[in-house]
Amino acid sequence: MLAAGSAPHLLSQDPVPVMMRRVIYSLMPALCAFVWFFGVGIILNITVAAVFAILAEYVCLKLRRRPVRMFIDDYSAVVTALLIAFCLPPLTPWWITAIGAVFAIAFAKHLYGGIGYNIFNPAMAGYLLILISFPEDLARWPSPRIGDLDYESLSLLGTLRYTLTGSLPEGVVFDALTRATPLDTVKVELGMMRTMGEIRANPLFGDFGGRGWEWIANFIALGGFWLLYRGVIRWHIPVAMLGGLLGMAFIFYVIDSATHPSPGFHLFSGASVLCAFYIATDPVSAATTNLGRLIYGAGIGVLTYLLRTWGSYPDGVAFAVLLMNMAVPIIDRYTRPRVYGRAKRLDA
Amino acid sequence: MSVRSVFNLQPARPAWGIRPPAHKTQSMRDPIASAPLPAQVSIPVEQSLGIRAEPLVEPSQRVRTGELIAAADSAAGWPGARIHASVSGHVRCIEERPVAGDDTATSLCIVIDSDGLDERHPDCRPADPWSLSPAQIIERIRAGGIVGLGGALFDTAAKLECKANVAGLILNGAECEPYITCDEMLMRERADAVVEGALIMARALGDPDTVIAVESDMPEARVALHDAIDARGTTAVSVAVVTAKYPAGGERQLIELIAGREVPEYGLPSDIGMVCQNVATAAAVAGLFASGEPLISRIVTVAGDNIAEPRNVDARIGTSLSELVSVAGGYVGEAHRLIMGGPMMGIALPDDSMPVTKATNCIIALHEPAHEPSRVEMPCIRCAECSEVCPARLLPQELLIASRTSDTEALEELGVDACIECGCCDYVCPSYIPLTVRFIEAKRTLREQRQTRHDAEHARDRFEAREARLKDAAEALTRELDEQVESLDEQTSIDEIMARVGGGEENDR
Repeated sequence: MLAAGSAPHLLSQDPVPVMMRRVIYSLMPALCAFVWFFGVGIILNITVAAVFAILAEYVCLKLRRRPVRMFIDDYSAVVTALLIAFCLPPLTPWWITAIGAVFAIAFAKHLYGGIGYNIFNPAMAGYLLILISFPEDLARWPSPRIGDLDYESLSLLGTLRYTLTGSLPEGVVFDALTRATPLDTVKVELGMMRTMGEIRANPLFGDFGGRGWEWIANFIALGGFWLLYRGVIRWHIPVAMLGGLLGMAFIFYVIDSATHPSPGFHLFSGASVLCAFYIATDPVSAATTNLGRLIYGAGIGVLTYLLRTWGSYPDGVAFAVLLMNMAVPIIDRYTRPRVYGRAKRLDA
Repeated sequence: MSVRSVFNLQPARPAWGIRPPAHKTQSMRDPIASAPLPAQVSIPVEQSLGIRAEPLVEPSQRVRTGELIAAADSAAGWPGARIHASVSGHVRCIEERPVAGDDTATSLCIVIDSDGLDERHPDCRPADPWSLSPAQIIERIRAGGIVGLGGALFDTAAKLECKANVAGLILNGAECEPYITCDEMLMRERADAVVEGALIMARALGDPDTVIAVESDMPEARVALHDAIDARGTTAVSVAVVTAKYPAGGERQLIELIAGREVPEYGLPSDIGMVCQNVATAAAVAGLFASGEPLISRIVTVAGDNIAEPRNVDARIGTSLSELVSVAGGYVGEAHRLIMGGPMMGIALPDDSMPVTKATNCIIALHEPAHEPSRVEMPCIRCAECSEVCPARLLPQELLIASRTSDTEALEELGVDACIECGCCDYVCPSYIPLTVRFIEAKRTLREQRQTRHDAEHARDRFEAREARLKDAAEALTRELDEQVESLDEQTSIDEIMARVGGGEENDR
C-alpha cells in the first residue's frame, strides 16, 4: 500500500523536543562554571525544580486530558526548571524552588493552554513569584570561589541539608557564607553616595562585573552562540536586548561615570546574558516578526536598565521580560511584513 | 529597451526560501532516454486550466499521431488547450479513468491502441515562424495544444496573447524542487530548441527583453545555453542566474529575483509587463514550428531511492507511469511513496497505472523515511521559522490561528490569497503542523464565499433593476392617467363621466 498524504512530502526541521534538548545541552558548560564558583547547590536546585516541574506538567496534562507522554517528552518543563534554577542562589530551600517550578508550569503555562499558548515566560513568572514572596532567601548568594577572596563554603552534605531543611549546620552563619552580589553592592553603595571608583575597589569586582559571575556569563554566552549556530534561536532578540541594555548604560555612563556603572558591568552582571540568549528568546512568549523581535529585545534591555537603576530590586530582567511579554501582541500586530505583491499599507 | 532597464541584474536577495537536499545528480548521470512507443495510451481531456476539452473522436475511429482528438469550445470564453493523439492507431474507448489528484480524482480519457506505425497526421507540417505575424504564431501555438509544462498547465497561447504592453519575457529554467531535472537536462541537451522557442515567443510578444533563468547550481545548462545563443548569433536573449533555492522557480518569486518587482497581490505578471514561460514550453514551441509536431510528448524525470536507474525519459502523453519506471530500470525494493511532481508540491499517487499528462514533470518513488511515525503534530510554539522562509512574506503562525477560528477577515488581511502553496512552512515547522493544506483549504473557502457574495450582489442588482423598471412603468402609467383625468376635467363634466361609466357598466352586463 502506498502512502497518501498531502504535499509537501519532505520535512526537515528538527522537532521541538530536539530543540529543547539542544537548549539543555548548551547550558552545560555554564552549569559547570556555576558549580565551580558557587558549589553544588545549583544541581540540587535543578533537581528539585525539574522534579516538581515534571510533576506539575503531569498533573495538569492529566486534568486537561491531554496526551501525557508526548508533552512530557518535549523537554519544555525541564528547560523551564533549568532556567529557574539558574536564577536562584545555590542555597535555596527546596520548597521555594518547588513553588516557583509549580507556579511556572501550572499557572503561567497550563492555565493559558499549555505549550505554545502561554503569554508570559513561565520560568520568569515562577521566578518572580518566589522573588517577591521570599526576597531574603533569594538575596543570599554565597561568595564566589575565587583564589584570594576570603570565603567559606558549605560541604556537599551541608548544602543538601540546607536545601532539604532550610537550616544551616551548627556554628555556621549566613554572614560568613554569603556576600552581596555585585549588582546589590552597586545599588546599596551608590545609595550611600559612594562613587563607582570606590565601589569597584572591592575585591568582589573583576574586569567588568563580579568575579566569577563574569565567567559564568561567558559560558552562558558560549552556549548561546552554539544555539545561534544550530539555528535554535535567531540573532535579533539577543542583539537587541544587549543593545538596549548597553545603549542605556553607555548613555548614562557617558553622562556621569562616577554614579553609573559601565556598560561592561551591566553586560556581565546579573542575568543579562542568560536573558539575552535563553529567556527573552523563548519563542512562545516573544514577538515573532523580525522587526518585532528587535523592538521586543530592545524593550527588555532598556527596561532592565531602568529597573536595575531605579527599581527596588537589584536585577530587573524578570520584570522586564514579563512587561515586554504583555506588549508582544501589539508589537506583532504593528510589525507585520508587507505581503508579497500588496501595495504599501493603507492603514496600520 | 536594453536588458538592464527591465531586468535588474543585481537584484535584492530576499531571505525567503529553503534549501532541501537536491537529489538531482542521480537522474542526470544518463542522457534523456526515449520511451518505447507505448502499446496503448490513455489521454485525459482535462490537461489545461480553463474549460474542459470535449472529445472529437469516436471509439474504434482511426487516428494518426498529432491528430486533434479533443478541443474546448473557445467561443465559451476562457480557452482550454487542445489535445492531440500521441500515437497512431484506433480509439479503443472514451471513459472516466483515475488520474493524479485526490483519492477519487478521475478524468475523461481517450484511450488509443497503438498500431505501432506512429503515422503522422498530414496537418503536422513545419512552418517558418519568422515569416508569420505574431497573431499567426499565437494561433499556431494554440493549434499545437501547447500549455505551460512547468506543471501549471496555463494555456500558452492565452499567455502570449495578453493585451498588456510586455516589457520582459522570462524563460523559467529555475527548476527548484528536489529530484526534478527534466528542465535542466533539456537545457543541457536541447539548448538550441530552448533558445529558438524563446525567440519565437518573444516575437509573438513584440520582442520584449528576454532572459532564460537558470539556477546557480546548473553550470552545464548555463554553458549550453550560452553556446546555443552564440551559435544562433542573437543578442535578443540572455541568460540570468538565480540563487539555487526553493521556490526560486515560482513564477512570482522568479520575477522578484530577476526583475526586482512584485506581481500585484490579486494580479497577473502581465500587470507589470512580464510574461513567464517554462523552458520546456519554449522547446515545445520550437518543436512545433520545426517539425509541425503538436504537444504529444514531454520529458519526465523518474527518480527516487526505489528506482534502479533514475533518469529522464522522453515519453508520449498518455503513456502509463509504470512504463516510464521500466525505462528507468524498474523498482528496487518496495516503494512506500509514489509522488507525481516534486516532493514539495507533488501529489501522492495510489499506484503507477496513471498516464503521463502534459503536467507530469517527475515521478518519485521513495522509501518511507525511517523517522516518519514520530512526526506527530504538536502545538505551534510561535518560533516563526515559517514566516522566515515564506516567499510571500506571510505569517503562517498567525494564519494558522485565523484558519482555526475560520476568521475570514483576518485570513484576508493576513494575505492568505498570496500563498503560493510551496510548502516551505511545513518543511521548517518543528511542530510538524500541516500548514499548507490548511491554507489551500482557507483559500478555497474564501474563493467560494466571494463567489457567493458576488452571486448575491448580482441577484440583488437584478432585483433592484427590476424594481426600478416596475416603478418607472407604474409612474408612467400614473402620469398618463393624471393627464387623462386633467383632459377630462377640461373637456367633460362629471355627469358625462358618470354617464360613461354607467354606460360601461351597462355594456358589461
